[in-house]
Amino acid sequence: MNRWKVSDCHIANGEYCLKTLIKTAVYSLFLINNAGDLFLEKHWKSVISRSVCDYFFEAREKAVEPDNVPPVIRTPHHYLINIYREKIFFVSVIQTEVPPLFVIEFLHRVAETFQDYFGECSETTIKDNVVIVYELLEEMLDNGFPLATESNILKELIRPPTILRTMVNTITGSSNVGETLPTGQLSTIPWRRAGVKYTNNEAYFDVVEEIDAILDKSGTTVFAEIQGVIDACVKLSGMPDLTLSFMNPRLLDDVSFHPCVRYKRWESERVISFIPPDGNFQLMSYHISAQNLVAIPVYVKQNISFFETGSSGRLDITVGPKQTMGKTVECLVVTVHMPKVVLSANLNATQGTYNYDPVTKILVWDIGKLNSQKLPNLKGSLSLQSGAPKPEENPSLNIDLKIQQLAISGLKVNRLDMYGEKYKPFKGVKYVTKAGKFQVRT
Amino acid sequence: MTDSKYFTTTKKGEIFELKAELNSDKKEKKKEAVKKVIASMTVGKDVSALFPDVVNCMQTDNLELKKLVYLYLMNYAKSQPDMAIMAVNTFVKDCEDPNPLIRALAVRTMGCIRVDKITEYLCEPLRKCLKDEDPYVRKTAAVCVAKLHDINAQLVEDQGFLDTLKDLISDSNPMVVANAVAALSEIAESHPNSNLLDLNPQTINKLLTALNECTEWGQIFILDCLANYTPRDDRESQSICERVTPRLSHANSAVVLSAVKVLMKFMEMLPKDLDYYGTLLKKLAPPLVTLLSAEPELQYVALRNINLIVQKRPEILKHEMKVFFVKYNDPIYVKLEKLDIMIRLASQANIAQVLAELKEYATEVDVDFVRKAVRAIGRCAIKVEQSAERCVSTLLDLIQTKVNYVVQEAIVVIKDIFRKYPNKYESVIATLCENLDSLDEPEARAAMIWIVGEYAERIDNADELLESFLEGFHDESTQVQLQLLTAIVKLFLKKPTETQELVQQVLSLATQDSDNPDLRDRGYIYWRLLSTDPVAAKEVVLAEKPLISEETDLIEPTLLEELICHIGTLASVYHKPPSAFVEGSRGVQHKRLPARAGSGESAESPDVGQSGPAEAPPAVIPSQGDLLGDLLNLDLAPPTATIPSVQPSMQMGAMDLLGGGLDSLMGDESDTLGGDIGGSPSMGAGLGAAPAAMPAALGSAPAVGGGLGDLFDLGGGVGMPTGAYVAPKTVWLPAMKAKGLEISGTFARRGGIIQMDLSLTNKAMSVMTDFAIQFNRNSFGLAPAGPLQVLTPLSPNQTIDVSLPLSTSGPVMKMEPLNNLQVAVKNNIDVFYFSCQYPLSLLFVEDGKMERQVFLATWKDIPNDNEAQFQIKDIHLNSDAASNKLQGSNIFTIAKRTVEGQDMLYQSVKLTNAIWVLAEMRIQTGNPNYTLSIKCRAPEVSQFVYQCYELVLKN
Repeated sequence: MNRWKVSDCHIANGEYCLKTLIKTAVYSLFLINNAGDLFLEKHWKSVISRSVCDYFFEAREKAVEPDNVPPVIRTPHHYLINIYREKIFFVSVIQTEVPPLFVIEFLHRVAETFQDYFGECSETTIKDNVVIVYELLEEMLDNGFPLATESNILKELIRPPTILRTMVNTITGSSNVGETLPTGQLSTIPWRRAGVKYTNNEAYFDVVEEIDAILDKSGTTVFAEIQGVIDACVKLSGMPDLTLSFMNPRLLDDVSFHPCVRYKRWESERVISFIPPDGNFQLMSYHISAQNLVAIPVYVKQNISFFETGSSGRLDITVGPKQTMGKTVECLVVTVHMPKVVLSANLNATQGTYNYDPVTKILVWDIGKLNSQKLPNLKGSLSLQSGAPKPEENPSLNIDLKIQQLAISGLKVNRLDMYGEKYKPFKGVKYVTKAGKFQVRT
Repeated sequence: MTDSKYFTTTKKGEIFELKAELNSDKKEKKKEAVKKVIASMTVGKDVSALFPDVVNCMQTDNLELKKLVYLYLMNYAKSQPDMAIMAVNTFVKDCEDPNPLIRALAVRTMGCIRVDKITEYLCEPLRKCLKDEDPYVRKTAAVCVAKLHDINAQLVEDQGFLDTLKDLISDSNPMVVANAVAALSEIAESHPNSNLLDLNPQTINKLLTALNECTEWGQIFILDCLANYTPRDDRESQSICERVTPRLSHANSAVVLSAVKVLMKFMEMLPKDLDYYGTLLKKLAPPLVTLLSAEPELQYVALRNINLIVQKRPEILKHEMKVFFVKYNDPIYVKLEKLDIMIRLASQANIAQVLAELKEYATEVDVDFVRKAVRAIGRCAIKVEQSAERCVSTLLDLIQTKVNYVVQEAIVVIKDIFRKYPNKYESVIATLCENLDSLDEPEARAAMIWIVGEYAERIDNADELLESFLEGFHDESTQVQLQLLTAIVKLFLKKPTETQELVQQVLSLATQDSDNPDLRDRGYIYWRLLSTDPVAAKEVVLAEKPLISEETDLIEPTLLEELICHIGTLASVYHKPPSAFVEGSRGVQHKRLPARAGSGESAESPDVGQSGPAEAPPAVIPSQGDLLGDLLNLDLAPPTATIPSVQPSMQMGAMDLLGGGLDSLMGDESDTLGGDIGGSPSMGAGLGAAPAAMPAALGSAPAVGGGLGDLFDLGGGVGMPTGAYVAPKTVWLPAMKAKGLEISGTFARRGGIIQMDLSLTNKAMSVMTDFAIQFNRNSFGLAPAGPLQVLTPLSPNQTIDVSLPLSTSGPVMKMEPLNNLQVAVKNNIDVFYFSCQYPLSLLFVEDGKMERQVFLATWKDIPNDNEAQFQIKDIHLNSDAASNKLQGSNIFTIAKRTVEGQDMLYQSVKLTNAIWVLAEMRIQTGNPNYTLSIKCRAPEVSQFVYQCYELVLKN
């Protein structure tokens, strides 16, 4: 006998090995709610026992917060890649070396499709539409290869439920499965179906910018950047070919496009040229990084302190306008994550309302519109657990706000031209700026 | 009404009721019943008992019902194989349906039914679908080939589906191309050596064209496939990069990361002074930054990959420090990764900013994160010298907060700072000592004890401090115990007068009262040292310590290179070699970055890059655990210790006893025992004492062949032999597998002596010494005839060439394949195993020329069944030149006959173990193909003799 024969053992040196070499991406999908109930499973190859999810539950417990569950979990024979969306964990089981991003992107697409089909992606809607969910999953993935993930193609294969259709189906016995091959499926423009017709032809674009920023105690910007997206709602008949141009395209040096955009023309002429999908879609996203000057619309003066003795503290927050480009700041909300020992807050707001939740330790001050004549202020005392030591960590402030009719980066759409069709569409552009992850340190 | 109605059950028994409904005459009722079955399936209920009833519903015109039945079939066919056969007819019929949607659906579902009996029926419909007029059907069929291959690989090959699949790469529809590529890559992964995805400039061009037009998922498949291609030159490399760059702006992050992989790999080939190189570097930064604004799960995977990219090419992201700043609501797994990258990017230019951030993080809520932040401050101090002072004062501020875990982390890192900058910051020791009592974690206690011991002369009450630890000596962890032992010995050597009692106490605690062998051993060593030679003790214990390096957690360069080639995969997320993710060594091919054209920058030896496809990669023995048993058989004595002729026979005996005994003890099930034995130091020590110097016994081995006189008998009429062909060196043991030791080598027979020519390269970061080698038993008893002569230590990046003489008198055991040789190499780091194959010509002895008469008689005597015929193609030599060449490798031509323009050469070969091989070679003038007939009493060698013929004649 050969003494050096390699045995069939699966575990060597504590390394976990995988069973086969087949590159099937997603073997199985489990949907698990926040309470830990597994309420849907789908297998694409052979049935994998749901006991594999025990490893997930273990990690879930360890993470305490659902957001902190690591996205890739290793088990002796599988990998579990999961995302957490709308209070549902989408747990996929994979068995071989596949790009994890591929799987994560796919799971996001699944969640988006549910949202798109059922209006919201929740346990109830999924359970209510379980057969459609199953048909959709089957249509989206074949042997681990994504098949149809474009919503308009899916909708031709499997019709989304509507109250009317459900009733008609029950009465007439017709089905919600398309009988013909979707037209867009194999053309070079898979995102658009043929023969679209509208009586009112319209195209709307929303430029939405979110400011991600960290300000330090003194109000200096530690870090700031803008995440922008252009959402489109295009309802145009036929095969329109659109060109969108900007007043100041030079602002955009880091962009991601919807597959319909012709990248070559963007590179050479800095215009966005595309045949649009039908309906709502995200045309592009962009990122204006920390190096460029990012305007900060508000400033926050704050003082939160805890006394060494007496189990109490003080809080004093004032918000004022900074660079608002002459627009009004609306929907202003300040959120403070208090240390665990803070029991209650006795405060006085000059504007808006405040609420302190002693369970989650979150203080929310809903200000509303920012009045630059009379700055909103929140002031008062905090009471702590008696006997507890002065908290070590500094609470951190989160700002939410909204500014209509302004893209804070200064991005402006110049014009939208349409080729290929004769009619005159109605066109519109809207701008809005919001706070993203806008944090003030104390 | 919603689907939740399908979940309601009645008392009567659900299955029973469903059965009745499934067999109902009403179409609508049937469909509702199938929906209920599916709903049960989604929540994991076993409804396989309904199989025949559901399958009965399959023949229907209603597409939705058909789809639902198919869904059911895929889930349960495997558990009901006999029933599943019932479905075949419908499948075959559906594959002919005029509606392409139904054709595709049928072929797709059939492929998912993993039942052997059904597979056979699938072939014909699949063949039709692969050539279907509708691209949707073709694209579905392409994936089906991969599915079928998973079930029955042989069938797929026999049916010629692989060729059809290859043809689909040239399909007019990009989606078909993408799926064909995906299917082929999947199949190729289970056949690492098959040339399935033959990537050449033409196919690459087709792929690049399809890349622009196919779906996002298809783009990922194509990009991953492109990453396996090695361009011919920098120009091709650049043109591929140019065509891949637009993918960096894709909305799908998986596409972006796959594109980054291709670019990172091909960039390696571009000359650095090229303008395009700089442009490309600049283009890589924005997409990576964008990935960080995606959902947290995506961010996590991106960050793990950025960690690799930053190590390989720090210049890409050096200005982007700020995007890695941590937001308080990032999930913890994102926070920790960001912190890691911040430290990697820290430099003199941005250190102030980084430190301010880290200080901020140290006051956060999450304990793990705070700890890592404190540790990071220490790493900054070690990395950027100019910042050290600021870091130390920041750490002191943090210690003042008195938060327990912050203090402990701070002390651990301050210890490292002391080691990096000796005699600079010791003034803070007093502050540290104040916190002695609050330390409750072993690592922090050990660090503090180290500091006290190291600076005992500056701490007035060092003895008191250490004594206080001694009280609960047995409750401490080993780490602390060891540190305490050393620290007190240090203290004693520095202040001998006051501390004699203390040192006595600790030595007796360590040696007499402890049952930890490590602690005991160290105690005894100190004791012996102190009692015999205190001066030597001082030199040993208080020796100057080497400075610690700046970056302690860098990934080893060879692993980093491999991981860069695997960006975006699980391997890159875990920072582990991809071989750790697949079972066994099958299918693991190490990917290397390509060498830059025309520059000597590449660290690779030329052999590696150019080892042609003809040479199979060496069969590396995969996992170490299984082989640990054999560690015991390795000659553990370093080469210098083997002194020849010291009672060789006895030592041989001892060796055999040891080896044999353990063999029978462990048998082939060594995997159960292996771990234990390898891990136990006492066992290792015990065996180390018995160095079986087997090679020494064979010191005078070369004269094996015997009749050297025959060497000079150069057959009449034949010219001077041209010398034996020696194959170029190939890599046998990649550095990845051997902690940085790379071994490449070849075999040669020179003047009757068999030699193994080795090149040992040190690709690790530390010096390697104490090399030794040993072979496993093999078919022809090959064994080293002397020790491995590597007398000087092998420093990093150094290569040394060694020739190891071999004898053929070692133990014999038949191997598979016959010429397989398993080798163990030891150095100061570990023992490594690899296997290689030697050409059989190595064993052709010089006196292998047979007498003509004997030849004739033997030829007749060997039964015809033992005759094997081979074709040697494409040889452009005449018969004389050929026999001349062969004689160089000890294949002797005994006679030559010419019949009708055909030369017949009669040849003989003798192996070291006295096996004769007889051959007849027919050469037709003008025909480059020779016919070779080999006769031998041991027919299994014929195949290998033929290989030698081919090798010799072609080179």
